[in-house]
Amino acid sequence: MPQTQNAVQLEHVTKTFGTVVANNDVSMEIRRGEILSLLGENGSGKTTLMNMIAGIYYPDSGVIRVNGEPAEIRSPRDALALGIGMIHQHFKLVDVFTAVENIALSMDKNEKFDLRAVRDKARAICEKYQFSLDLDQKVYEMSVSQKQTLEIVKVLYRGADILILDEPTAVLTPQETEKLFAVMRNMKADGKAVVIITHKLHEVLDISDRVAILRKGEYVGTVETAKATESSLTEMMVGQKVELNINRTEPKDPVRRLSVRHLTVRGAEGTNVLEDVSFDAYGGEILGIAGISGNGQKELLESIAGLQHTENGSDVRFYAPGSEDQPMELLGKSPKQIQDAGVHLSFVPEDRLGMGLVGSMGMTDNMMLKSYGEGHSPMLDHKAPRELAEKVRRELGVVTPGLNTPVSQLSGGNVQKVLVGRELAASPIVLMTAYAVRGLDINTSYTIYNLLNEQKENGVAVVYVGEDLDVLLELCDRILVLCGGRANGILDARTTTKEEVGLRMTNLVEGKESAQ
Amino acid sequence: MSSQKTNSEPLVRIAKREGATFPQKVLVRAVAILLALVVDAIFIYFVTGLNPISVYGVMWNGTFMNTTRFSWAMRDLSSLLCIAIALAPAFKMRFWNIGAEGQVLIGGLVTALIMVYFGTSLPAPALFAAMVLGSMLAGGLWGLVPAWFKSRWNTNETLFTLMMNYVATSIVACMTNIMRGQASSLGTLNKGTKAGWMPVVAGQRYTINIIIVIVLTFAMYAYLRYSKQGYEISVVGESENTARYAGINVRRVTIRTMLISGALCGLCGFMIVSGRDQTISTTTAGGNGFTAIIVAWLAKFNTFYMALISFLLIFLQRGASEIASAYSLNEYAADIITGIILFFILGSEFFINYRLIWRHGKKEGK
Amino acid sequence: MSSLIAWILRAIPFGTIIMYGALGEIVTEKSGNLNLGVPGIMYLGGFAGFASAYYYENLAQNPNSVVCVILALVCTLIASALGGLIYAFLTITLRANQNVTGLALTTFGMGVANFFGVFILDGASYTAAPLANKAFSAKIPVLSKMGVVGQVVFGYGFLVYAAVILAIVLHWFFTRTRTGLNLRAVGENPATADAAGISVTKYKYIATCAGAAICGVGGLYYVLDYNQGIWATTGQIEALGWLALALVIFTTWKPLNAIWGAYLFGILYWLYQFLPSLLGVSVPSYMTDLIQMLPYVVTIVVLVAVSLRKKKENQPPAHLGLAYFREER
Repeated sequence: MPQTQNAVQLEHVTKTFGTVVANNDVSMEIRRGEILSLLGENGSGKTTLMNMIAGIYYPDSGVIRVNGEPAEIRSPRDALALGIGMIHQHFKLVDVFTAVENIALSMDKNEKFDLRAVRDKARAICEKYQFSLDLDQKVYEMSVSQKQTLEIVKVLYRGADILILDEPTAVLTPQETEKLFAVMRNMKADGKAVVIITHKLHEVLDISDRVAILRKGEYVGTVETAKATESSLTEMMVGQKVELNINRTEPKDPVRRLSVRHLTVRGAEGTNVLEDVSFDAYGGEILGIAGISGNGQKELLESIAGLQHTENGSDVRFYAPGSEDQPMELLGKSPKQIQDAGVHLSFVPEDRLGMGLVGSMGMTDNMMLKSYGEGHSPMLDHKAPRELAEKVRRELGVVTPGLNTPVSQLSGGNVQKVLVGRELAASPIVLMTAYAVRGLDINTSYTIYNLLNEQKENGVAVVYVGEDLDVLLELCDRILVLCGGRANGILDARTTTKEEVGLRMTNLVEGKESAQ
Repeated sequence: MSSQKTNSEPLVRIAKREGATFPQKVLVRAVAILLALVVDAIFIYFVTGLNPISVYGVMWNGTFMNTTRFSWAMRDLSSLLCIAIALAPAFKMRFWNIGAEGQVLIGGLVTALIMVYFGTSLPAPALFAAMVLGSMLAGGLWGLVPAWFKSRWNTNETLFTLMMNYVATSIVACMTNIMRGQASSLGTLNKGTKAGWMPVVAGQRYTINIIIVIVLTFAMYAYLRYSKQGYEISVVGESENTARYAGINVRRVTIRTMLISGALCGLCGFMIVSGRDQTISTTTAGGNGFTAIIVAWLAKFNTFYMALISFLLIFLQRGASEIASAYSLNEYAADIITGIILFFILGSEFFINYRLIWRHGKKEGK
Repeated sequence: MSSLIAWILRAIPFGTIIMYGALGEIVTEKSGNLNLGVPGIMYLGGFAGFASAYYYENLAQNPNSVVCVILALVCTLIASALGGLIYAFLTITLRANQNVTGLALTTFGMGVANFFGVFILDGASYTAAPLANKAFSAKIPVLSKMGVVGQVVFGYGFLVYAAVILAIVLHWFFTRTRTGLNLRAVGENPATADAAGISVTKYKYIATCAGAAICGVGGLYYVLDYNQGIWATTGQIEALGWLALALVIFTTWKPLNAIWGAYLFGILYWLYQFLPSLLGVSVPSYMTDLIQMLPYVVTIVVLVAVSLRKKKENQPPAHLGLAYFREER
């Protein structure tokens, strides 16, 4: 039996959070001396699965074998003791410490505390795998890539021989990615088991020996990378097209309401999180925005809403009904100025309780979040919001003990109904939604789809940022695909295929064409 | 493996509790105060050997023996409550204004200066207008400075406002020194003319203070609850991200709110100098600026709760000084008793915000 | 020249009081706890030290100064650590708000010290513990007699030198030991510390109690050395406690800076008395009151400068003032 070859073996592992099944009966193995890609869409349960191996979560049922032995991994410490180290997307580093100090922090308690010895040992690791890392540099002075390297060194220092990297390339430049891959190949050559969680197909093909695919919490299968192609992987990842029966009408005389040109936003790391994006949004249609999350969707919507600083050359114009020939520039205006200028722009942000609503306030008070300033009285008008809250509660079926119960105490679906209800009540001309159905049950999701369709029929320009490709294909009229902060084509949702969208989400079309 | 199992499931776990009901909250706090009184009683018994019940009876007299005692209690209450009210908007915005003591002092100082130097030259209405405005401006300035730095460079406001207290203390010490000249102490201001003294109403000069504070209690409640500015403060305090999304100018709200907070503290300084002490010293605020922080925090920005908590504390203080004189102890007993009560109330908040899950209790729902 | 020496001889003992307060508070704050109860704790420590020495002197047959010193120190450490324990229990276990709890502790500590102090005073305006004072303020023999340098460098009680040594030891502790490194991690990023297997709660408890104990020594030094072994009911310790908090900011949370920072604060504090005579000018007495704000103004300037420059090393511990609750991550 080639049991010894398997570093980790998962047998029928299941994990649920509340009613959500994150992983259902997953069985797979991780081998030594190879790089395994774990591929799947957002929410397919990749990270949850690996977190169980790394001791962050504990499986509800199923067995995890490490080196053939059933293992009880209850904490990251347990995992490390078994030689398992995971590099998370959010680094666990102390900013004001040097690299050496950070490494020393996770040191074994029985080891003698000697920073010089730590440095020597860490340097030896760096040399072995050809990391370029200044061990005496403070973490806050490091680039993301250096921080990531430090996390890897930390794990190796503790003697890990099974390494899991959670979307390591999401924050790296192509050059840094190349370096990381070189390191990963070194580790593989050293006989270690390496797992990389990723969405990016070309990286999967480039680096891995085998690819394991998850879809909606289920294990789909594992294929040899050598025998896989981008389209075969995409097919496995997105699955068969599922009929959702969302009612879609033809757009009625679409009028341009929003034009976005050369929109560029620079992120905190100094790289462009949004680069030269241009598109138009029309009244009476739903424009879908597809993309792996974190590819500029947030910045795109927030720029339009006046919440992001944009680079020179960017341009966003709003075409008010009746004065289509006199578009209004939105960039450079604060949300208040946009509102005061009479731009009916509704925005359902991704972070519902951290941005769209005030968690400690009830429905009534949340209804007036954007409209409280209307009128000349210094006092608030509670009557209109209360009526609106009552209306939203009735029409959308919000379940709440009372209109003054803090919305943070409501369930996710009800929170979203409150938020969407308010934004729709503002009679928008442009309506932007970010992940409007994330975490919601089927019924609530359909309520939201129907509401959006209603708005479309009323002539509203709807921008729908989504992650479920089936929904995007059935709900939207056109789909803009974002990839790495760039617009990667606008597709007709009626004729395009799931594979086409999936491919464009992971591969820049221009990049591919020039490469071939 | 079995030892690991017990490790991962401790005897008692703590989970956030959302939405304790009103009776639950009242019960928890009542139990806390009761326990604190028991601990205080034990303390009193061991230190003095006196029967705690009769000592508490004497304490009761400190406030309720006669109308004079009660009016003194009201006088003290008005100072403490006024500062707590002033702090409410700042705390609601999650801005830690620890500088009330200094804001009161500087407001009181400006009042005293105007009293002394314009007492004879200005007619009474103008004089009072000048004192009120001057004290509010001074207090507002003391609040504005840290707020400006906070909104601009995110300078730590807790430490900044704390330091501003001592700057104010030094200035007051300096100015009283100038004002007293060769005399050993400043003494009562405008003793002869009584210019700038609050008029006597219902037998006491501080009656007007009490009325002003009652009005402020209602006004601040309404401001925080029913005004647009109060709404903005709530949103900024909850999440700056949401505030920006809602089109609220966070910087402007921060600065405006601290101006209001500081100005009301300054006004309190005016009331103390004009209506209560008719003099100024470095101890004019008398630590109320710090106690009020605790009051405002415990009352969770509700001015009527603040009135209740202030009353409890004043009752204890007056009661303790009553014990002190009755049993020839000293007034510092008040600080100990107050401290113990505060510890218990502070600790009790935990049982409102969290619940304990015992290992062999009911299984968790999630 | 002689007034300059007198100035230094005044400034160094003064600085020593707040150096203890600041060093203790640095230890506490490194764990992420902002304890505004420093004045209260200094009261507790000062009073416990004085009371134990006082009773020992008056009750023992042949009071021995070494026993007296040890007794006073132990009582101070215990009393002030207990004050820290109250704060730790409320803020760490019960997650009460740190600012409010600290202020309540200040009220409580002042109350306890002054309340029981009155019993010892027994009607007098002050009482003294002369033996303890003599022991605590004993200058270094021989060396302190060696001219001006001897006087300025060696002319103080042993706690002055202990404070300097403590600052150096703490510096070494924070930068060179595993426990120190872990402690800093707890204050900077408790989630990371937790993930690395460090018990956040344990570290916070120990740091808060140990920090409080160190603060208390400041109170002890004030009563038994600086104030010539005299206990009186004053608000002086409270002012010193707040000044110690200011010094923590001034040092940008580095123990070594506390050494010169404390002496600088002492110089600034006594500036009003010595600078005019040094310069040969006479300054009106009201100016002296104004000059006393200097340490606080300097602290504000440092606070603003630190926030302006945003240099990470000079910032407060990143998690200062916040409770850590693992399930919130």
